[in-house]
Amino acid sequence: MEHPLLELKQIECRHRGVIAVENLNLHVNQGDLVCLLGPSGCGKTTVLRAIAGFQPVNAGEIRLRDQRISYPGYTLSPEKRRIGMVFQDYALFPHMDVCGNITFGLRHLGKAECKRIANEMLEIVGLNGMGDRYIHELSGGQQQRVALARALAPRPELILLDEPFSNLDIEMRERLSNEVRGILKQQGITGILVTHDQHEAFAMGDQIGVMSEGHILQRDTAYNLYHSPANRFVADFIGQGVFVRGTLLSPDTVKTPLGTISGDRAYEWEPGSEVELLLRPDDIVYDPDGPLQASVQQRAFKGAEILYTLKLEDETEVLSLFPSHHDFAVGDNVTVDLALDHMVVFPL
Amino acid sequence: MTASAPGQVRQEAGPEGVALLLTGDWTLLHYTALSRSVGKLTLDNATPVRLDLQGVGEMDSAGATLLVRLLGTERTQALPESVPGLTPERRELLLTVCNALLHPVLDTRQNRYVFGDVTARIGRASLIIGRDLVTLLDFMGRTLLTFLRVLPRPRRWRLTPLVSHIEQIGFNAVPIVALLTFLVGAVVALLGATVLVDLGLTIYTVDLVTYSFMREFGVLLTAIMLAGRTASAFTAQIGSMKANEELDALRVQGLDPIELLVLPRILALMVSLPLLTFIAVLSGVAGGGLVSHLSLDISVSRYLEIVNAVPLQHFWVGLSKAPLFAFIIGLIGCLEGFKSGASAESVGLHTTSSVVQSIFIVILLDAVAALYFMEAGW
Repeated sequence: MEHPLLELKQIECRHRGVIAVENLNLHVNQGDLVCLLGPSGCGKTTVLRAIAGFQPVNAGEIRLRDQRISYPGYTLSPEKRRIGMVFQDYALFPHMDVCGNITFGLRHLGKAECKRIANEMLEIVGLNGMGDRYIHELSGGQQQRVALARALAPRPELILLDEPFSNLDIEMRERLSNEVRGILKQQGITGILVTHDQHEAFAMGDQIGVMSEGHILQRDTAYNLYHSPANRFVADFIGQGVFVRGTLLSPDTVKTPLGTISGDRAYEWEPGSEVELLLRPDDIVYDPDGPLQASVQQRAFKGAEILYTLKLEDETEVLSLFPSHHDFAVGDNVTVDLALDHMVVFPL
Repeated sequence: MTASAPGQVRQEAGPEGVALLLTGDWTLLHYTALSRSVGKLTLDNATPVRLDLQGVGEMDSAGATLLVRLLGTERTQALPESVPGLTPERRELLLTVCNALLHPVLDTRQNRYVFGDVTARIGRASLIIGRDLVTLLDFMGRTLLTFLRVLPRPRRWRLTPLVSHIEQIGFNAVPIVALLTFLVGAVVALLGATVLVDLGLTIYTVDLVTYSFMREFGVLLTAIMLAGRTASAFTAQIGSMKANEELDALRVQGLDPIELLVLPRILALMVSLPLLTFIAVLSGVAGGGLVSHLSLDISVSRYLEIVNAVPLQHFWVGLSKAPLFAFIIGLIGCLEGFKSGASAESVGLHTTSSVVQSIFIVILLDAVAALYFMEAGW
């Protein structure tokens, strides 16, 4: 059996006695891009720092290339792990030019080789010819590219990205995260990204682990996290949506104020038990002949789409995403229909 | 009075639950033995317990607390009358202790114990000082080890930063050090003139200035200047690198921050401080000379003659302290930088702390050195 490149086995980390990460398992295979997503304070950065070797583990172990690099009482120092890391504030060396930054850890290779590597890395991150600029002459996005080039220069197998795009504006964030994904995939480098921004996580990660309070609650693809969240926290944290109360009639049928809904999956709870049904904005569509009457409570223009908050006749509030040319004002009445592909239900 | 026997508890599993046989004296005197004996037992709440206190000699609140902890508060409150050896007094004691455990009274009078408070503060401060000292020694060891590792590999010597630091620490500090020591030299001369004129010994003013600057003031003033000027700069530089995660960035690239940041700084300081000390001595003696010439009518040639007569050994005594002071100042400056946290505020706090610590240690070491040299007769 092939071993994963990186393996975290039931690790526990503490900060001054307070448990930050508990009983956490993570396997990362060669070439994967895994993203740890969670609200601030959930321990995701601690996990990353434990992998990098800045944070000792209090229990469990971390294996890299099938070698134990962290266990209680032992932490292989970050210098010896050969892991690349990109930091939130870039952490570039301000008194050096771009080339100097990229090859600072490689000076033992000699000047000519350093120059060659620097040029190669600059080409990869799309900064050709910028080698002799100073850091303060670059924009935020360019600085983060330099930071990425610096992390890639020693050709690590694993690269850690600590909220790398959170200091950039939204447009740059999306563009750069796509580019970085492309670069890592093309170079065959395994990556672990930590972020609190789900769009960044969706754009970057093959797989996303949603973290809360030191645990990974669900590790799955973006599609599955959105459409079949494993628990309420994930459902709440990922994407938008509302919960509607209902009663389970049979394992795959729920009676709600919006009508009786049958779904594509079965739940094991007793028929008759009270449940909550997750309704995503895309589950409710505009339909002039639809069965449900609603009035517009709020509207948020998003460009191609408009996100409406609708109040149904029985006072239930739901979110709905209409194409932008269905333009309604607050207070207007609309008719909608349910288009539920995935029925997600949690016990009350 | 009979000799008191330490209390014991024995647990016997009976047909209907557990029997606890208590013997001996359950008093504060035997608390350690008792708590060990009690600590071996565990009772779960469901098991019925048959208590036997017949063998117990004396029982005070310490013993009662242990017993209540063992039994649990609920079981204590429900102790039947029929327990052998449970006198009404003992029962009252157990219930009181039980109540106290259930409703702990927060001691709000704590702050009134001035003596205890002061002792506690002294204790806490001593622990912190002890810990800081261990950290400093640990850091010193790491720095020396790194130095020894780098020494045989000239390719890893970082000459450019070293020269750059020497410029900043040494060369740029020449004017301020020279001016300051010149003024102090003049002041010492004036002081000498004022005191010695009554004795008719004004000529010894020259010796006063020369001896004091060669042995003490030259190196001490320079070290204090550099502690203020350089230790703070080291802390601020390294602290801001830490706040910006640059230190972590160095380490993930396989680079050692001590080799890269600490060694050039400390070495530069160890080169600069002796050179500056030399300038400080010259400048101080010059300041003394000016005052002697203007207010004591000692001619320059006479002044230099007397200075020349002072044995050179005093100059070496002063200068020998310079590298040591430089090492300590650099060490503290760098260490405080590493200790600082991620915020600008923390960098500021540690900068202050590094200046205070390095000046303190420099003066302390100088006092010790003065004593040593005095006793050694140098």
